[in-house]
This record gives sequence, structure tokens and C-alpha cells, in this order.
Amino acid sequence: MATLDSKIPAGPIKDKWTSYKDHVNLVNPANKRNIDIIVVGTGLAGGSAAATLAEQGYNVKAFCYQDSPRRAHSIAAQGGINAAKNYQGDGDSVYRLFYDTVKGGDYRSREANVHRLAEVSGNIIDQCVAQGVPFARDYGGLLDNRSFGGVLVSRTFYAKGQTGQQLLLGAYSAMNRQIARGKIQMYNRHEMLDLVIVDGKARGIIARNLVTGEIERHSAHAVVLGTGGYGNVFFLSTNAMGSNVTAAWKTHKRGAFFANPCYTQIHPTCIPRSGDYQSKLTLMSESLRNDGRIWVPARKEDVEAIRNGKIKPTQIAEENRDYYLERRYPAFGNLVPRDVASRAAKERCDAGYGVNATGEAVYLDFASAINRYGKEQATIKGETDASEARIKELGKAVVEAKYGNLFDMYKQIADDNPYETPMMIYPAVHYTMGGIWVDYNLMTTIPGCYAIGEANFSDHGANRLGASALMQGLADGYFVLPYTIGDYLSNDIRTGKISTETAEFVAAEKEVRDRLEGLVNNKGTHSVDYYHKQLGSIMWNKCGMSRNAEGLKEAIAEIAELREDFWKNVSVPGSAYDLNPELEKAGRVADFLELGELFAKDALDRNESCGGHFREESAEVGGPQDGEAKRDDVNFAYVSAWEYKGKPSDAVLHKEQLEFKDIELKQRSYK
Amino acid sequence: MSNMNLTLKIWRQNGPQDKGKMVDYKVSNISEHMSFLEMMDVLNEQLINSGDSPVAFDHDCREGICGMCSMFINGEAHGPVKGTTTCQLHMRSFKDGDTIYIEPFRANAFPVIKDLVVDRSSFDRIQHAGGYISVNTSGNTQDANAIPIPKQDADLAMDAAACIGCGACVATCKNSSAMLFVGAKISQFALLPQGKIEADRRAQNMVAQMDAEGFGNCTNTGACEVECPKGISLSNIARMNWEYLAGAIK
Repeated sequence: MATLDSKIPAGPIKDKWTSYKDHVNLVNPANKRNIDIIVVGTGLAGGSAAATLAEQGYNVKAFCYQDSPRRAHSIAAQGGINAAKNYQGDGDSVYRLFYDTVKGGDYRSREANVHRLAEVSGNIIDQCVAQGVPFARDYGGLLDNRSFGGVLVSRTFYAKGQTGQQLLLGAYSAMNRQIARGKIQMYNRHEMLDLVIVDGKARGIIARNLVTGEIERHSAHAVVLGTGGYGNVFFLSTNAMGSNVTAAWKTHKRGAFFANPCYTQIHPTCIPRSGDYQSKLTLMSESLRNDGRIWVPARKEDVEAIRNGKIKPTQIAEENRDYYLERRYPAFGNLVPRDVASRAAKERCDAGYGVNATGEAVYLDFASAINRYGKEQATIKGETDASEARIKELGKAVVEAKYGNLFDMYKQIADDNPYETPMMIYPAVHYTMGGIWVDYNLMTTIPGCYAIGEANFSDHGANRLGASALMQGLADGYFVLPYTIGDYLSNDIRTGKISTETAEFVAAEKEVRDRLEGLVNNKGTHSVDYYHKQLGSIMWNKCGMSRNAEGLKEAIAEIAELREDFWKNVSVPGSAYDLNPELEKAGRVADFLELGELFAKDALDRNESCGGHFREESAEVGGPQDGEAKRDDVNFAYVSAWEYKGKPSDAVLHKEQLEFKDIELKQRSYK
Repeated sequence: MSNMNLTLKIWRQNGPQDKGKMVDYKVSNISEHMSFLEMMDVLNEQLINSGDSPVAFDHDCREGICGMCSMFINGEAHGPVKGTTTCQLHMRSFKDGDTIYIEPFRANAFPVIKDLVVDRSSFDRIQHAGGYISVNTSGNTQDANAIPIPKQDADLAMDAAACIGCGACVATCKNSSAMLFVGAKISQFALLPQGKIEADRRAQNMVAQMDAEGFGNCTNTGACEVECPKGISLSNIARMNWEYLAGAIK
């Protein structure tokens, strides 16, 4: 049985990574040419890893299910990327970024990994600027920063509301340079459907060409998964429609432990759902909380009047508004971390103060920011007697410059003008902190198989802070994996080409074919979406923003039952050997139906509240923290790493005890 | 507000070699709050449940940024609303009883794969020819603030970089020209000091690849700019031409 050795280097935390780099085994440039690496996924993690490994001289084969690597879902990240540059001179440092991230993750991340992340964060910005990423600048020509939730400094770099897009296009451009040199072979519209293990080591994948339906065998000396998160297990999330857990789940079934599956980030500021036909939810960047104030009416009669359309939110007087985040968390106000903000919104809506027809919406209001900026601009322009209308006009221009594209997006979707009336928002599933268990080298429990970015688990604990996902994806791909993978591959310089004709490849390919053919020949009565929506509803209602033992037990039973029904009655039109989007979905939903059960099992095991995982049985009672999440460090300061044993219900729990040597475990207070 | 009943005339083509034709479908009870692609989901669910083959179309993020969705709707790339991708188009732009024509993005350099799905890998190959700055990942690049960039240049570069590579410009252009797409990339780098070093060569190489892919020429109609969901400016084509010429006479 595999054992959990996190392989954290010895020594003081601030020296670990430097000393690791000084002593790690390297592969000579001439030998790199003889080594193949498969990278699955081309988002910030996979794309940056593929480019960097190819620059170093390895032969990279990169895979993405989209029609171009540029479309990976990292592209949708809006707000920004953190880095401990301290350009603003507001007291930031590597240690502070490290501390904020560990605290923000509610002390459930691995200290050594997080410190390394903070250390390389500055390099990311340097690298991206060198690549031509057009970050926002001030009039002096230097880089601008904004502030994000859960921290007291401005360390977030941004490119309008399209930071993910610009960073991804940077990684994509670095990939393009290597594709042109022949160092990356790019496989667009390909989906990994299994991992192939030969002699205990990851040696390749089985992939499906999504255009022709052909099943292909690809071999390599190492396999890297940068395949993102599994938020779509909820059906509705801010993920792309194609985002899926399949590559990660197949890898889990082949022996990689799956860590903390229950840690899910429910993002506080998303556009509320409007109907049953809804296919996805859209995020409004956290950066909006820099200037937007969140509130609900303080009086029930106003809630009624709003819902009946009798009054507008702008007609509710200041004293009748409940700015509940500012009320409950005066120190951080509207910039509390995401998990805290989401739960607070749910608390108000559950208490009956939700402001739309479904009762699941709160206001995000820019009126005071517009007024504040307007006055500031009037002073700058010397307009001492500016009218209220003029102040509003000046203020709107500032807000437009900062968030224009987000406001436009809101307008398009919600058909409402956020410059004139508050936005309506509600929490939605956004990011999964859980993922494949990896050691300090980012290697899974399968030798030669690595997981990077959102696909792994190590850096964000039980809650991710805003603008940290982009940081982690690029840190793993540009600066961590390219070092750590060499250590493993240095033992492979004499191995030679890996054959795809071995029994292991043949067997894996057969399994994939049988499953695909089984799906299209099933000829059942229900569409794939029918099952996906039902799974989503179980997950949201019983494994969502707040969880309890009874609900989780029900979820486990219901998901298992749904899965059985799926395999009996799902209907997938078309052929396995053709472009068939329904078949792609069917395979992904089949895996979500297994992951969902493990998710609930993990949530049931963790009888404490931490970060995004809120157990109703574990809340503070009385005192200043009444109702807040109650962590249990005595019994639960561990990473849950699940080993697959034939079905999700039989998964075996392994624990990686978390050690906090540099940060004192405290209750996470944002009051 | 009442729900809509619509007639859809959709291009069906069972593969690159198939001739393809428009086929009529009816959908009913469509909410004005649905996105266009959610309306397509409703149609596909209907087709699957009646044993027909669903309409293949590209889509992914459904928030207007990945550039995967395409569709020529009533004769316009991404449909009737300016500055909007198909996935962000909502049914409130249509009315009960409407007939909607839905076709793929058409261009020689974008062959149809199936139904509304086209192959845009020609765009990737143009990027391979020079859509990058030659810098390795070392961790030793100079400090980001060592290269001050005038805000105006940075903003213009960002405006050009906002291109999502969807191909609406090509589908719209009567010559199937890709110059707005190529001009945007060339401009982003030409405007920044980091990209200036290779600017000449980049323009030469990217334009050569663009021609090799079979994209047409620009005749300054400007339809691409009008239909671009991200408002990429025509001035990027002018900048590309300038960079190309500057490179050619060196």
C-alpha cells in the first residue's frame, strides 16, 4: 500500500525551497531530448508547465479538449493575481502572503507548499511582464494593484477584468513558441480517458480524438495533470461547460489518492439563477467588493415590497438597510474571505431577507463608491460647487474605468443597469480546493504522475483567497514542477522510448472502448443532462454551503442510487467513433456520479467546520463569534487522502497530519 | 412577459465531406431570460428525447471570454447584439413567432467539422508563426517595474489583447480576411517595449502564415470591427500594415 510521505524538505521554512533547488537532481540537456512528458490540460498550470518543460528541452505532448489551448477555463478568471511585490509599500512581504494564505485556507493547507508559492509569486509577475502581458499601470508607467478579500494589503495585479485571459494568453504564447519549434506536440480536441501504468509508474494515457472518435495511445516518461477542478459535479457552477473531473478521477481509480474532495469554494458574488433551463452561473469578480457594499433590507416589509415590485432598492432609506458584512465584520467589512461572505449571504436569505423572487439574492451596491469617487474627481478638477448630478457623472466614469466590462456583462445577463441600481448577487460554486493528493514535488501517489494547479489540493486548504488561483497555477507550471520533475526523470535517462504496444496499454484501451460503446449502446430513456441536473440538486442541497450528518448520509445513498439508474437508463445518441458531444458529457457525468459520493463521504468524515466546509454540528455558540464556523484542530488537522478500492463507498481514508511550525493555529477572526 | 415560440432554420452537415443543408425546427415556451445557447440546449434535449441527432455546436465558458462559441445568427456573427458573443446573447433580443437562421462561421480557412462546429486551427498556426515574445521561463527576468510603460500604450495593448480568437471577423468579412485577428496580436506586442525587438519579423511571419492559410485580403470595409464581440479596433490593421511594411524594407 502506498504511504503518505509529503517529502517536505528539512530546515527552516524560508530556506526549504532554496535548499531543495540547490540539491535536486538535474537532467543533462542532451538527455532531456530523449524524455517525453505528457501534459493534460492547457490552462494556467498545464499551459505554463508545457511551455517551460519544452523550453528546457523535454519532448512535450500537450492535450486539451477545447479546439485551442487558449480556451482553457483559466481564461475566465477576472479579478487578478496576487504577488508579494510590495510595490504599494503597504507592508507586504513573502511571509505576509504566506500567512494570509494559510489563515485564509483556515489552517488546512500544507505550510511548506504555501511558503514556496509565496516565494515564487514575485517571479510570476516578472515573467508575465516579460512575455508582454498588459497588466494595468498607473500614469507613472508602473504596475497598479488592487485589494482582494481576506487581506490587509494591496497585492493583486490585474489586467482590467480579464486577468485570467491575459495570463493564459501569455502562457499560450510561450506554448506557441515551443509548438513552432516542434518541442510541444499539441493535441487539440482530445480528451484523456485513462492513465496507463507500467511497472508501477505512470507511462502514458489513453485519449479520445473528439473529432473522429478515434481512441489513441500516448506514452511518456511522466504524466502531468493540469486538468482543473470538479465544480461541475454541482451541475451549476461558474466552471466552463466542459470542465470535468474525468482525467483526475481515472487517475484516482488507478491509484492516486484523492484529497479533501469536500473542500469547495462557493463564491459570494455571482449572478443569481433565473430558471430551470439555466446551464451555468456567471461570476462577478471579487474585485467589485473593493467598491461595492453588500446589503439587504433591514425590515421584512421592505423585502416584501421589493419582491412585489412595489418599491425599488434605491428607495430604501440608509437606516433601513442592513449592511450585514460591515455590521458583523467591522475590521474586514465587505472584504471578508469568500467562505465567510457566502455564508453570511445565505444566513440573511434563509432568514427571509433575499431580494428577488426566489429569495436567493442580496444587493451589491455601488452608489456610495460613485459618490465618493465623484467628489474626489470634482476636487481634482477644481469643481468646488459641482452639483449632485455632476458628482454622479464623474463618479460613474471612475467606476466604469475600473469595472466597465463587468458592469456590461451584468447588464447583458441580468438586463439591469448596475450604475443606477444595485446588482443582485448570490453565492455559486466556483472552485474546488480539494483534488489529487500530491507531495512537495507535486507528485501523486503514482510514481511519475503529477498534478498541478486546481487539480491538486495542497495550497489553499479549506478556502482559497481571491487572486490566488492564478498565482498557484502559474507557480506550479512555471516555477515548481519544472524543478521537481527533473528529480524523478533523472532516473529515466536510460529508459528509452516507452512502447504503446504493451499489455497495459492494450488493456487500458479496451476498457475505454468498452465503456464508450456501452454508453452509446445503452439506448435508455433519459438524457445525460437529466442525470447531471439531479446530481447537481443533491449536491447543492446536501453538500452545499452548509452540511449536516443526516443530509450527507442521504446524499451518499441518493447518489449511489442515481448512478445505478444512470447506467441502466441513460440514452446517448450517435456513435462512439464520431464527433459526439453527448457521449463526451456522458463519460464526464458518469465520473461525477462517483466523485460526488466520495465528496459526501469526505464531508461526513470531517465533523468540523473549516473554510468552505461548514458543518452545522460544529458552530460557535454564544460569545462574540456566535454562529461562526468552529474548527476542531485536535481531531481534524489532517488532509483526508482517499484510496480507491473498487467503489467510492469502499474508499479508504489515509491521513496526512498537518504541522504548523511557523504559524500559530488560531480561530480565524475577521471581526 | 410571455414565453416565445420560435422557428429555427439550422445548418446541418454530417461531416466535412457532407454537402449540408438548412433544416427547420420548432421550439416553444422559450423564456426571454434564457441565453441563446440555453435555447439550443432545449432544442437538443427535445431532439435527443425524440431519437434525433442533436445539433453539434462549439461552446465552453458561456461567459463571453473563451471564444469557443461561434454561430452566424440571422446573417450576423454572434447574432444581432453588438459587442456580444453568442453565449451572452439572450432570448430577449427575439420575439414570439420569429424565424431564426443559424449557420456556422463560414470561410475557406474554417472548414466545417459537423453542423455548426468549424475548424479554426488556422488561427493557432498563425500564432505559432510569431504570436509570442521570445523569453524563457527562468525566474531571473528583470523586475516587472524595471520596464515602465506609458499607461496609454499599456491600455492600447490591452485593448488589442482583448481579442478572444473566435473568428467572427473572418466569418463577417466578405473576403474572409483574418487581418483584425492578426493585427490585434501584432499590435499588442508592437505597442510594448518587450515586443518591439521582434516586431518586424513577427509581422512578416504572421502575415505569411495568414496568407498560406487561405484567408482573404482586407478591403477596408470595416465590417469586422462592427461585428467583433470585443470591440477590437480597425486601427490594429493599420498598425499591422505599418509593422509589415517597416519589416519589409529593412
